[in-house]
Amino acid sequence: MIEVVAEPGGGLVGAAATAALILVSGLCVLCSYRAVRGPTVPDRVVGLDAVATNVVAIAVLFALKTDRGLFVTVSLVLAIIGFLSTVAVAKFVTEGDVIERQE
Amino acid sequence: MVAVRALIVVALIAVGCFFLTVGTVGLLRFPNVYNRMHATSKPTTLGTAAVFLAGFAHFGPGGAGLPSLLGILFLFLTVPTGAHMISRAAQRTGIPFQDTVTWPGRPDVRTQGKSGVTPGFDVEDRGGDGEREKGSDRERGPRDRGRTSGRGGDGDGDSGA
Repeated sequence: MIEVVAEPGGGLVGAAATAALILVSGLCVLCSYRAVRGPTVPDRVVGLDAVATNVVAIAVLFALKTDRGLFVTVSLVLAIIGFLSTVAVAKFVTEGDVIERQE
Repeated sequence: MVAVRALIVVALIAVGCFFLTVGTVGLLRFPNVYNRMHATSKPTTLGTAAVFLAGFAHFGPGGAGLPSLLGILFLFLTVPTGAHMISRAAQRTGIPFQDTVTWPGRPDVRTQGKSGVTPGFDVEDRGGDGEREKGSDRERGPRDRGRTSGRGGDGDGDSGA
């Protein structure tokens, strides 16, 4: 708790961002339950997609907590990686290959 | 002014946390893949967009606020696309719908019960080429499982002709 007050983005926004970070991290754990115990493969993909979106929110909340705007860019990169991995896994499940050749 | 901005940021963070919690509860509690995808795509997008708006309200339009708005735009473009890809993959691997749900446009085709695959669906929608020669064992894992369960009824739809 002492570190929370001593952070640069302390005060009301820092405390709210810290509480939201703890909550969203717990939500990531709950989403990973669906990714581990999903009955089918698309269930796992949906769970991993939800984890990726939560991690994007975590990056923005970390930018709010530490008052560094660079981490918003980090969240953009994480969003791109999550989208690409979701599309790649969905195509791999369906087609058996990520990029299919037209022969 | 600073207090008003801090209050706006805290309220947007609270809204974002609420929607992310709703999305996670829906992901855990809904009974089907399609329902879970509905639960994760919409509320999670709204929650993350609210957190991005909190970032925009905190950093202002000069510095890191514009990447926040860009992130909102990017999420609204990519999350429905990803959900569409996953749902198409789920339908092609033969995961049945809910009990009375049919494919739109074909009201006679209906999935039956738990182990039923939709008859002739995955062959017909793949554009004509049924079997691929470069496929590994992993390619025809889930489809084969669904197909062997429905083989007794329709044996003619497999070759893709």
